[in-house]
Amino acid sequence: MNLNISEKIAKTVVWIASLGMFGVLTSIVAFILFKGLPAISWSFLTQMPEKMGREGGIASPIAGTFLVTVPAVLIAMPFGIGTAFYLAEYTKGGIITRAVRFSAESLAGIPSIVYGLFGFIFFVVKLNLGWSILSGSLTLAIMILPTIIRTSEVAISSVPKTYKEVSYSLGATKWQTIRLTVIPSAVRGIAIGVILAIGRCVSETAALILTAGSVLGMPDSLLSSGRTMAVHFYLLATEGISPERAFGTAALLIITVFFINVVANTLIERLFKRVGR
Amino acid sequence: MFLIFALTSISVLAVITGFIFMQGFPLIADVGLRDFLFGTTWEPTRGQFGIGAMIAGSLAVTFGAALIGIPVGICCSIFMAEFAPGIVRKIFRPAIQLLAGIPSVVYGFWGIMFVVPFIRNYFGGPGLSILAGSIVLGIMMLPTIISISEVAIVSLSHTYKEGALALGMTHWQTILAVQLPAAKSGIVAGVILGLGRALGETMAVIMILGNATALPESILSPVRTLTANIGLEMGYATGVHRQALFATGIVLFIIIMLLNIIAQHLTNRGDMIE
Repeated sequence: MNLNISEKIAKTVVWIASLGMFGVLTSIVAFILFKGLPAISWSFLTQMPEKMGREGGIASPIAGTFLVTVPAVLIAMPFGIGTAFYLAEYTKGGIITRAVRFSAESLAGIPSIVYGLFGFIFFVVKLNLGWSILSGSLTLAIMILPTIIRTSEVAISSVPKTYKEVSYSLGATKWQTIRLTVIPSAVRGIAIGVILAIGRCVSETAALILTAGSVLGMPDSLLSSGRTMAVHFYLLATEGISPERAFGTAALLIITVFFINVVANTLIERLFKRVGR
Repeated sequence: MFLIFALTSISVLAVITGFIFMQGFPLIADVGLRDFLFGTTWEPTRGQFGIGAMIAGSLAVTFGAALIGIPVGICCSIFMAEFAPGIVRKIFRPAIQLLAGIPSVVYGFWGIMFVVPFIRNYFGGPGLSILAGSIVLGIMMLPTIISISEVAIVSLSHTYKEGALALGMTHWQTILAVQLPAAKSGIVAGVILGLGRALGETMAVIMILGNATALPESILSPVRTLTANIGLEMGYATGVHRQALFATGIVLFIIIMLLNIIAQHLTNRGDMIE
């Protein structure tokens, strides 16, 4: 075959595959938003669900999402960021570093259902926390650890060396240098990791069903069972309870993820601008 | 102090592994490894624990997803890295990022609304099937494959491309003969992570695979995956049944860890080349 023709065919295939993929993926989002946005109203967001979610709003799943996510992120942050500092600043590439890195990367690949199994046997059964917001949070904290470690490590190691050298030359100790120089410069990059971790918590379902249960009422403490928006959506959708409310919840989830990404991207862009300067 | 945090982070992997193995291992020892892995009867109430059909289900769906996800994903990453005009790239990149963040239950729901009825109407069978699962998982693994492979292609040194073009190769020949082979380890790592995502997916497959515990007869049969088995039954399982679900988790864990190790090995090798 003529070289030019086969080349054109190849390029056409690539274009079609890409635009097709883009079309399918946007149609998924468009479909959910189209069906779901009309269902979202002030009362939908603020009212309690009634009759298993058949009527009313999604106030308690929104609260549940918040109550599961915030402690998970707060718990994972010191461990994740601390580990990242260790990897980026203190280590000289020995066996411990290799073990930490191997473990972080492996944790990143473990499916959420396996975290769910672990959370169930460890937090729910062994520590006797029961199916609760707290068990769910602790499980998610472990699940998001690798995300935070990886992004923070990149952020910390991309702090210009000159910053640190100037600090040392002024007589600062290692810890002073980290606290006064490295942390302020890396804080945005670390924030990106934390934001991505929030996104993972918001969209998680499998691990939470096994650890936080799916009680629909408003949780009155961290030890009561509760469901997040993603779990609520799953139950509404699979049990055919209320398609309208299922779409509304899904649309709200997509909007939340979208905002999380926008915030992360804005931070990333600013980061690049600053590094470029 | 940082060392303490770091050590805690490593020990997490050890603790997870320890607990899951501890819970599941007694059952595997009782049933016998061969009967557990290759037995095809799963009837917890009668003490029959064979996960052969589910291993087959997981592999079949992941393989189907790979057939769709890998070629499309690599095409898209070539497109993003080489052909897409600046403005298209500016739209695609955040879109792919958004798609990676959408909860898997939403993809599952889309599968129930569109893919399952489509297959039921045009191909027959219940619709809830390996085919439906492969399509949805194939789409779900795209963002992972595209973003990692694109980075692998873009981060190649310019000299590769310039050298090839200077030798008189066309743009497409350069991509095929020089850039893709050079970016191979990064692309394969992306593909493996995508496969890991498909294999580990739980909620979406529960929604669209039909969850039958029998061996599938064709790609139009419903199946149950290892993940679905855990997700579906963990809520009410007790005693030996619960142990059997943990044992299912062990098998899943081992498969995923193997994939992880291969991916890490490839990424490290890629770093060394640079």
